Amino acid sequence: MFGLALTDIWFLLIALLWTGYFVLEGFDFGVGSLLTLLGRDETDRRRVVNTIGPLWDGNEVWLLVAGGATFAAFPEWYASLFSGFYLALLIMLVALIGRGVAFEYRGKVDDDAWRRRWDAVIVTTSAVPALLWGVAFANIVAGVPLDAQHEYTGTLLTLLNPYALLGGLTTLLVFLLHGAVFVALKTDGDLRVRAHRTALRLGVGAVPVAAGFLVWTELAHGKDWTILSAGLAALALVGAVLLVGRQREGWAFTLTALTIVATTVTLFGSLYPDVLPSSTDPAGTLTTTNAASTPYTLEIMTWVALAVTPVVLAYQAWSYWVFRRRLTRDDIPPASGLPARERRPEVRR
Amino acid sequence: MALDLARWQFGVITVYHFLFVPLTIGLSLLVAGMQTAWVRTGDERWLRMTKFWGKLFLINFAMGVVTGIVQEFQFGMNWSDYSRFVGDIFGAPLAIEGLLAFFLESTFLGLWIFGWDRLPKRVHLATIWLAAIGTMLSAYFILAANSWMQHPVGSAVNPVTGRAELHDFGAVLTNSTAVGAFTHTITAAFLTAGMFILGISAWHLARHNEVRVFRSSLRLALVTVLIAGVGVIVTGDLQARLMTQQQPMKMAAAEALWNTSSPASFSLFTVGSLDGSQEVWSIRVPKVLSFMATGDPDGTVEGINDVQRAEEARFGSGDYTPNVPIAYWTFRVMIGFGALALLLALAGLWMQRGGRVPASRWFTWAALAGIGFPVVANSVGWIFTEMGRQPWAVYGTLRTADGVSPSVGPATVATSLIVFTLLYGVLAVVEVTLLVRYARKGPDPLPPPDEAMPAESAPRPLAVAY
Repeated sequence: MFGLALTDIWFLLIALLWTGYFVLEGFDFGVGSLLTLLGRDETDRRRVVNTIGPLWDGNEVWLLVAGGATFAAFPEWYASLFSGFYLALLIMLVALIGRGVAFEYRGKVDDDAWRRRWDAVIVTTSAVPALLWGVAFANIVAGVPLDAQHEYTGTLLTLLNPYALLGGLTTLLVFLLHGAVFVALKTDGDLRVRAHRTALRLGVGAVPVAAGFLVWTELAHGKDWTILSAGLAALALVGAVLLVGRQREGWAFTLTALTIVATTVTLFGSLYPDVLPSSTDPAGTLTTTNAASTPYTLEIMTWVALAVTPVVLAYQAWSYWVFRRRLTRDDIPPASGLPARERRPEVRR
Repeated sequence: MALDLARWQFGVITVYHFLFVPLTIGLSLLVAGMQTAWVRTGDERWLRMTKFWGKLFLINFAMGVVTGIVQEFQFGMNWSDYSRFVGDIFGAPLAIEGLLAFFLESTFLGLWIFGWDRLPKRVHLATIWLAAIGTMLSAYFILAANSWMQHPVGSAVNPVTGRAELHDFGAVLTNSTAVGAFTHTITAAFLTAGMFILGISAWHLARHNEVRVFRSSLRLALVTVLIAGVGVIVTGDLQARLMTQQQPMKMAAAEALWNTSSPASFSLFTVGSLDGSQEVWSIRVPKVLSFMATGDPDGTVEGINDVQRAEEARFGSGDYTPNVPIAYWTFRVMIGFGALALLLALAGLWMQRGGRVPASRWFTWAALAGIGFPVVANSVGWIFTEMGRQPWAVYGTLRTADGVSPSVGPATVATSLIVFTLLYGVLAVVEVTLLVRYARKGPDPLPPPDEAMPAESAPRPLAVAY
């Protein structure tokens, strides 16, 4: 099909799904992490949450589809990766579970203590995955210990090497920046000003860290052409920070999104044609060929993806259009949660 | 050891996930129906019902979504050899489920929740229908994947690659087992949602709260349970026959039928052991098992001993008998609680005839307890389906013991089992508390209609926000 091997098409599609996931959920991770920092009072905290309220769940589906597509197109990759990264994924799952519930339940009881608890959950469970995805993908690109049966032979600590930690710090800072710019784009007044200021500070940290990670990636694992995408990622990031300084948050957001796209392209470009290199036994390396499903399965999946993906993109874009407005303080309705339970009077000492 | 823990984890995670799923599927469609009634009639009662049941639906939906993520990940985490073996077939419906169903559900539900004042009335109505269709599509694809494990079609094991490979995707999607499982699951989902609405409505009616809203809700629930209940029986019957042909061992284990019989009787209850070694005391209905299994009251039903011998001849020596007491009791508890739900709905229909409000004490309490009947039936039904297939993960093709992740040790699995159990326990408390409190609170009054159309610039808050 199109002169490309089916396995390459699926490598591209999976790269596309992860790119979509990082661009979209990237900002909602950032928004969640910055919830208490940007939202000084309850109304502003609700504004922050509501910038992503109708969107975050649809963003998260990109992850589920990326996971499902990996299972379908490259079962060996899915099997080795998910069993190998077991404990890291456990932490990720706990975070994603806590996060989804927290958004939904935060406003269900009109009580400060209740909301503070869920706010803490939102901040933690947004920041932890933002960090862990960078750690995970840096490890995928750099390779992990796999035996000849493609079984992971390392531990959780194997994954916490310097390159991977730098990758984690990169995604954390870039997603936070992406989220801060998104809040600036979707709100007005003080909150928008605070989001600008926060974005600038984050940008100052993100540029050297991301540049360091991109250079390391290019030198250690990159291909000739990935220097272009790595360079583009770095330039876009610098541009985003400059535009934030000029309060052009629409363009700044476009550039933080471009940074994430170009970084993901760099990572997948460096990885290809491997999908999970072995750092120990070369026979353990998984590639687009030895990890793939049969051509028949890939062909069916290709047709389904070609038919359905444009429709999904269209209606998801439409939902972003419907909720395009900036949120003002007047937009936030009075709290509608249940009253706090009556507490027994505290015993005075 | 790691195998047992991984099986426990699969059981805990999957049964827990499925506590929420049927209610999501059933309620999404019923709420869509309520909103349609409002759009068509303009009667505010339907709008208030939509918002009230919609709120409970969303509290439940959140749990279904977050616990669903684990479902997709755990195959790779705990069952990597299974994933390698089946990925060529099993992965496709999972990926398509995400692409076709999860995007639809989540995007349009977001539009539905937050779109009340942003979308034209009919477009807004369409969003809940699309989300509801998403839940149905999701059910179909995941059940097609599971049905392939029960009755692997359209595929063969490739001796060169040592894995099962897909030959005919159409056969996987039109698998008779999938059609049986889907119709049975969907009717059960409506039964679950119907009983949920019934219990809460009966509770409010006994207190004369919002009689107009809850009487309509009660009637809707009773009719839903009645139709769904009949549907569950018809589709269950279809499934039983398919199971007899496709997995005779499971049917034999469901009755603890050790020796082939024609006709075979069905025991309602048994005291004593089910291991076939000693005489047991039981209440038996003649010929019923034969009828359930074959459609003929004098039909032959194969016994466990004979199936065991037949499978040894096919697959080599080994133990092909699942845990018989579990199969036997889960099968009965499933049927029993389903039947109880249906009986309660029949009683309710009688009690509300001619505009009466069923307010008797026993009915209120029975209806409240009845919320749990289908939940129990759904859970044990799946425990039966999955444990009755053992020792196989994919019937006749891959043993469960051969599917577990070789690189994941017992300590790791134990860690995650403990973490998930604790987390799920806490979340269960939070979600049940919220559901109970919102259910007791009853429907909110509608906001007063705007006295005059406010100027564009006048501040007006969002209709719905987190």
